[in-house]
Amino acid sequence: MANVSVKNIRKTYPNGTEAVMPCNFDIADGELVVLVGPSGCGKSTLLRMVAGLEDITDGELQIGDRVVNDLDPAERDIAMVFQNYALYPHMSVYKNMAYGLKNRGTSKEDIDHKVREASAMLNLDDYLDRRPSQLSGGQRQRVAMGRAIVRDPALFLFDEPLSNLDAKLRNQMRIEIRNLQRRLGVTAMYVTHDQVEAMTMADRIFVLNAGRIEQVGTPSEIYRTPASTFVASFMGAPPMNLLPATYNGNGSVHLNGETSLKVDAPKDHIGDIQLGIRPEEVKLATGKSATPFKLELIEELGASRLLHGKLAGHDFTVNAPNNDAPLADNLMLDIPSDALHMFDHETGKRL
Amino acid sequence: MKRAGFANYWLPILLLLPQLTIIAVFFYWPAFNAVQSSFYLQDPFGFGSQFVGFENYADLFASKEYAKVARFTLLFTLLVTATSLATALLLAVKADKVLRGARTYKTLLMWVYAVAPPVAGLMGVMLFDQNIGSVTDLFAWFGYDYRLGVNYWDTAFAMIIVSVWIQIPVNFIFFLSGLQSIPQHVREAAMIDNPSGFGRFWQITFPLLAPTAFFLLIINITYALFDTFGIIDTLVKNNPASNPMTLVYKVFVDGFRGNDMGGSSAQSVVLMVLVLALTIFQFRLLERRIHYT
Amino acid sequence: MTDTTSTTPRAKKRFRWSAVFDHSILILGSLFMLLPVFLALTTSSHDNVEIQREGLKFWFGSDIDENFGNAMFEKGGFTKTVTGMTMLMNSFILGIGFAIGKIILSMMAAYAIVYFRFRFATFAFWMIFTTILLPLEVRILPSYEVIQSIGLTNSYTGLIVPLLASATGTFFFRQFFLSVPEELVEAARIDGAGPVKFFIDILVPLSQTMIAAIFIIMFVYGWNQYLWPTLITTDEGLFTLVRGIRQIIQAYAEGSEIPEYGQAMALALIAMLPPVAIVIFFQSWFVKGLVESDK
Repeated sequence: MANVSVKNIRKTYPNGTEAVMPCNFDIADGELVVLVGPSGCGKSTLLRMVAGLEDITDGELQIGDRVVNDLDPAERDIAMVFQNYALYPHMSVYKNMAYGLKNRGTSKEDIDHKVREASAMLNLDDYLDRRPSQLSGGQRQRVAMGRAIVRDPALFLFDEPLSNLDAKLRNQMRIEIRNLQRRLGVTAMYVTHDQVEAMTMADRIFVLNAGRIEQVGTPSEIYRTPASTFVASFMGAPPMNLLPATYNGNGSVHLNGETSLKVDAPKDHIGDIQLGIRPEEVKLATGKSATPFKLELIEELGASRLLHGKLAGHDFTVNAPNNDAPLADNLMLDIPSDALHMFDHETGKRL
Repeated sequence: MKRAGFANYWLPILLLLPQLTIIAVFFYWPAFNAVQSSFYLQDPFGFGSQFVGFENYADLFASKEYAKVARFTLLFTLLVTATSLATALLLAVKADKVLRGARTYKTLLMWVYAVAPPVAGLMGVMLFDQNIGSVTDLFAWFGYDYRLGVNYWDTAFAMIIVSVWIQIPVNFIFFLSGLQSIPQHVREAAMIDNPSGFGRFWQITFPLLAPTAFFLLIINITYALFDTFGIIDTLVKNNPASNPMTLVYKVFVDGFRGNDMGGSSAQSVVLMVLVLALTIFQFRLLERRIHYT
Repeated sequence: MTDTTSTTPRAKKRFRWSAVFDHSILILGSLFMLLPVFLALTTSSHDNVEIQREGLKFWFGSDIDENFGNAMFEKGGFTKTVTGMTMLMNSFILGIGFAIGKIILSMMAAYAIVYFRFRFATFAFWMIFTTILLPLEVRILPSYEVIQSIGLTNSYTGLIVPLLASATGTFFFRQFFLSVPEELVEAARIDGAGPVKFFIDILVPLSQTMIAAIFIIMFVYGWNQYLWPTLITTDEGLFTLVRGIRQIIQAYAEGSEIPEYGQAMALALIAMLPPVAIVIFFQSWFVKGLVESDK
């Protein structure tokens, strides 16, 4: 078990591409950190640098109390679960799990003990003699986990481990991985592009964009106070509505000149802004103070429904509880003032 | 190269050393010698050699005989390539289509791949033999006096038939695998869009086979130029005098029989340039990616 | 290549005649491929005088034992020392030696090129790649002289090693290694496997099918070599079956007595049997190897 400390780490490819801009962070012992972002944002590169599969251009990486920049992956006391599992196709499940231990010179009895312990934990006892090709996707995933567990590493690395599974299995494995990590108390870095995975699994989320860490925070911090329009639109489904607006400095924003909304705490930024409103924080209303919304399309989700339409001429989505009531084309919305997120209209940073 | 390759210094060199040594000794050295001696005139009795510049090449291009061999090589290559490609394509299309016995047909049409060209040549010698040959009998039945090894074009005919016979399997295998890699949904969409099987073949199947066909074209040209050596050598029965031959065979005849080192080397170099041109052509095609994925 | 039966739905009755047509073409094609060898087989079972008088035979005679026996065990050649058995053994040595040499050399080279970051990688790649520009036939004379000057004529080494100077196998394995998932080497590195361990524990076992496929192709290629053995081996004890064909042709062209047709055909059949058998029995591997190696 160990903490991870990253100081000014950066990755530049020989052709000049900046894959990861200098970044600093610490991961506490036993913490599960999720790196999330769109493809090409540098999250995998960052993970692979920690794993030792990618050279570190600059900076210092510390796992436990060792600086590991120049250590081989095998010497870093880490284990990694890959997206396509990377199981050795010609080896049995048992041998797949034992291979890393064998290479470290662990004794036969110890290997057997550890593999059996892991296989019991992962319900793989009946499959130890099978080849990976004879297993289902979920089982392969477990073997990949098992291979990591038997190593008893200081740090777990997950590189989009669930993206090859179907939706149902993904939900199940998500919980399993989370439980396992808690039970083992091992520090973990988890890369995904799926914001639901990030929200549900993380102790802390790192949102990455274009090689830069945009925001670090607990899931609820990320959700409640997104640091930028990028984070706001990336985290949350359906994504936050973003509308161009102007702020007059005395407590209200104007959409399109006519529609205006009250803001709780006045800010000193006067002029053009981006206004963010989460679809689920808006309620259907009837009152006079409400904002008119033109309904165009309803998506039924069962428990709730998504209402797509126009608010002050801009695309807008409302996530409303489903009470089966018929809806008119012109609705009124109640937008509470604490649901308003204001962003700089140029930099996209939170105001 | 893999992104997470090993950064070992000596190991890759050690791994490459055997291959590179063999290539250096048995490829680069002889190739270099060929280029070098093409600029020298060698005494046939081995008493030294004299630098003559491009004289060997000049002689070569002025030679009527060389021109004749070159013309025959061109004709031979065209006929062998066209005939074996067309036959193999027809057979592959049919083998892909039939439901029954597809496996058996496949085996029957590809096993000849393993027959050595000179072995096929020997069978050709028997089949086309003046005394005992069945094909000769067949010609006689039509009133033609077929003479292998005596009549220039009669020998050429046998060479082409035997060369095509050997080359059909490779073409068949590639065409069939090309046909079978056409996705089922494309076939089904074509079935819906075009009721005519013939139309479907030319408008859908054939264009999708184009990459395979271009690749095979190069393979076949190379085959006809170089790999038919054993067939030609057996069919001319050690007596190339009045018989047709290809450029490669002439390199051999002039070098080993005629002891004309310089001339033979110049011919080798000409062939090298030809292969180089073919390879560049092939890569230009590959670059332009005549395929649709 | 999986199942060859296409599942294209079709109306049963309407297309019957076209199916008959399709089968006719395939049968004709198969006959064209089979007939010469069938004739060789039937002819090899007849007496030379009979063949000389009546031409190639279309059905089996009674002399099959004698002809094959003579082809295999009678001492032939100018020195009367070489038997078919010797040539058969030499053919196997050439075919297997070539195939194994090729696989070892090219796997090593391809492994170095694909899995290592080193300065000469591109240079080595092009040095190997260039060899496809010049088939042995083109540089035959200078190659012969090189072998002669090293004194390797009339030796198995001289027979096999120069044939290994080509890129085919290296490209085959390079293609295959490139298609092996990247994560496998990464997982192995995390599991503490160095380059040698990874090669032996993971890559070689993973390449089994590919090795089998390339073995078949290279065995056939080596077995069928003609020009090179013809030049390199003058000692009849080193003749291969395919090289022996040339002796038959020479005797046939020069001889005044009745040629030994039956025996010649028998030898031709023996010369084609092992490679043909391998190609037929290991058809799926062979086809896979062929189609994938040349892409």
